[in-house]
Amino acid sequence: MEPGLNQLLFISTALFFIGVFGFFTRRNLITMLMSIELVLNSVNLNFIAFNKYLWPNKMDGLFFSIFIIAIAASEAAVAIAIIINLYRSHHSIDVSTAEEMKF
Amino acid sequence: MSGSTIIFYLLAALTLVSGVLAVTTRQIFRALIFLLFSLIGIAGLYFWMQYDFVAAVQIVVYVGGITVLIIFSIFLTQQSGDLLPKQKISRQIFSALAVFCAFALTMLQLYQYSFKATTGEAVLPTVSNIGDRMLGVRENGFALPFEVVSILLLAALVGCIVIALRSKPATT
Repeated sequence: MEPGLNQLLFISTALFFIGVFGFFTRRNLITMLMSIELVLNSVNLNFIAFNKYLWPNKMDGLFFSIFIIAIAASEAAVAIAIIINLYRSHHSIDVSTAEEMKF
Repeated sequence: MSGSTIIFYLLAALTLVSGVLAVTTRQIFRALIFLLFSLIGIAGLYFWMQYDFVAAVQIVVYVGGITVLIIFSIFLTQQSGDLLPKQKISRQIFSALAVFCAFALTMLQLYQYSFKATTGEAVLPTVSNIGDRMLGVRENGFALPFEVVSILLLAALVGCIVIALRSKPATT
């Protein structure tokens, strides 16, 4: 079967729900962050696929995915700073030990 | 079956299989390496769609940047060789069921909808076209979001330093 928009949408949907599954089952903050990265990547793939196959005369999908990549990078950096700070105060990065998020 | 089709399905299999392994393996470092392969597979799909610039950005930012950041945070917070604790089997079954149902629903909706492509003349996503649009201040330009993202990156940089700063020991 010749690959086209439907195949790409299948891949991005599957990747999105793999990420959601990881977010449901994992209890470690770093692995939850990895699941979020998978979800963001599937969204990027969706934008690029729609841009290529439905609106090749515009470049909006491409710019959206570039901006999403930039925002994902800053989000990961801030999340890891929070995780390291949490590890300093609780000596664990399991979400069940981080129940009190008080200053 | 042409070579391009075979490459597409190989990349898709690499992306999905390593994605599944990344969220199910119990060794955190292996999970990261599988995530790395999944990201490389997505970059390969961008190359397959001939969006070279986005593929390059994906490799530089995700494969080269975020993965290394996560490696450092794993080294700082995990004991090496520890397995992640096992989750309750009921939680795993229910999440897999919920995710599968949502996936089936989404795919059903997608295959029933018929997408209509425009017939406008294609704009090639070359680097010069991207640069013209990215810094264009006329209509269809992206100069304002570009500046907003640059402010956001600066704010994230400062925020990371402030959050991860070791608080001073109380001096008496």
